[in-house]
Amino acid sequence: MQKQAIFQSKLLPYALVAPQLAIVLIFFYWPALQAVIQSFLLQDAFGLSTTFVWFDNYVELFRDPAYFEAIVRTFVFSFAIAVSSLSFALLLAVMADKPLRGSMLYRTLLIWPYAVAPPVVGVLWIFMLHPSLGIIARYLRAIGVDWNPLLDGDQAATLIILAAAWKQISYNFLFFLAGLQAIPKSVLEAAAIDGARPMRRFWTVTFPLLSPTIFFLLVVNIVYAFFDTFGIIDTMTRGGPGTSTVTLVYKVYSDGLLGGNLGSSAAQSVILMIMVIVLTGIQFRFVERKVTY
Amino acid sequence: MVEEEGFRRYVAHFILWIGIAVVAFPVYIAFIASTQDNALIANGQMSLLPGGHFFETYYQTIFVGTSGSTREPVGNMMLNSLVMALLIAVGKIAISIISAYAIVYFRFPFRMPIFWIIFITLMLPVEVRIYPTYKIVADLHMLDSYAGLALPLIASATATLLFRQFFMTVPDELLEASRIDGAGPLRFFWDTLLPLSRTNMAALFVILFILGWNQYLWPLLITTRDDMQTIQVGIRKMITTTDALTEWPIVMATAVLAMLPPVFVVVVMQKLFVRGLVETEK
Repeated sequence: MQKQAIFQSKLLPYALVAPQLAIVLIFFYWPALQAVIQSFLLQDAFGLSTTFVWFDNYVELFRDPAYFEAIVRTFVFSFAIAVSSLSFALLLAVMADKPLRGSMLYRTLLIWPYAVAPPVVGVLWIFMLHPSLGIIARYLRAIGVDWNPLLDGDQAATLIILAAAWKQISYNFLFFLAGLQAIPKSVLEAAAIDGARPMRRFWTVTFPLLSPTIFFLLVVNIVYAFFDTFGIIDTMTRGGPGTSTVTLVYKVYSDGLLGGNLGSSAAQSVILMIMVIVLTGIQFRFVERKVTY
Repeated sequence: MVEEEGFRRYVAHFILWIGIAVVAFPVYIAFIASTQDNALIANGQMSLLPGGHFFETYYQTIFVGTSGSTREPVGNMMLNSLVMALLIAVGKIAISIISAYAIVYFRFPFRMPIFWIIFITLMLPVEVRIYPTYKIVADLHMLDSYAGLALPLIASATATLLFRQFFMTVPDELLEASRIDGAGPLRFFWDTLLPLSRTNMAALFVILFILGWNQYLWPLLITTRDDMQTIQVGIRKMITTTDALTEWPIVMATAVLAMLPPVFVVVVMQKLFVRGLVETEK
């Protein structure tokens, strides 16, 4: 699409795009390029000499069982977070979509967790489920659960998933509500006249019509689980116990900045970049297609 | 209208209240903890009702800080977070709106390549290029500065795309009209386009402010001085004190304070927020 009415000016447009270009080139392209270059280099422990090692960093990474575990763990986390948060949010959105008294109030009371920062989410949940002082941990122990996420890796993972899914409920809720409100009521009325009960109406009419929203949210939630959980993980478990909550982003951080293994960290960054580009690509193609419908 | 019979309506209300309880419970606990005595909490004896230490705890949190490893008053951290969030929101809107204006309203050599250069930045969050970005900010001597906190996070395209899309919908007649009035490109931008973009800018501001306020990994890396610390980094440092027992009432008060500005923005600007969110995601 092109504008018909435009201005003629030789220098002004360049002056207008200059600030954006400068910032993008310095803080986006330059570091991204550096990450790619760094991923082909091997630096000795003191940073005195660097050698070009082709794909050694990558090969080593894929030979490392810890990296493989981090990949699997990240996908399991993402999937668990997305599914639990999406299903709960969908249930709430379907309820809030009904003509109820006070639906605006419900909406307001449900959307604000979007604004809570990941480390704060982490602090809130670790406090509730802290083995010695957490209020929920107390009840868990009372019913006989041996709860100690500081020692038990699976429990720590559950804790991260719970907290991350909790934060994402409001976001998913909003998009589901928007999606539900975009479904023409006449379609549902027609189904009702044909004698379809509410549950049947939901599964045969609403759910299929909502599938673009569900798919969109699935991608967004996976990207969220990849990156925005960093703050939650770092405040709650710092990757531990052992490496049981180290995700791909956390590994980039801990290998590169804490462990000083720059080549490997850079290679991990590049792999992550490729993953995000693929995910964003899927999302875009999909959104484009939705627009042309 | 598909009518709901009474019973189903009660079920809907009930489920929604459960949802609200689920999202509100952790925050309720945080608030309660911030009003109680630390010794009580440390013993795992916290009650579910407010204690009597509200003023004491919040005074100490905002003006004094913890006695543990980070001794910075939270008031100062909030100020840092505020400056950072405002810089990100205002900076991003400013550079995006003018570059979108150039791309939509001018034909100039390299227009499309420039557009694509900006467009591609949609793809990568700062987290994946974290180490090299850190190095560049260090080389530019911007560690421990507001510029270092904000600039790398301004470098992304969402806002530009949003304004571009919006400008495309502005009727051409407006430009013709202001041209007849003798307005040049800058005049048109200032007098016509900016006022029209007001709601878009406001919606975007809400989203970007929250995004900036909630940043964590980036400020964690580039701030080493306590007085440059943001509240998100500060709260994390509070719970990892090894030399003393964690002062939970202060931590929880900090959590409550850290939530207040963004949650306030979401609740008060709900309409703009929802609009901005839906638009930026497209």
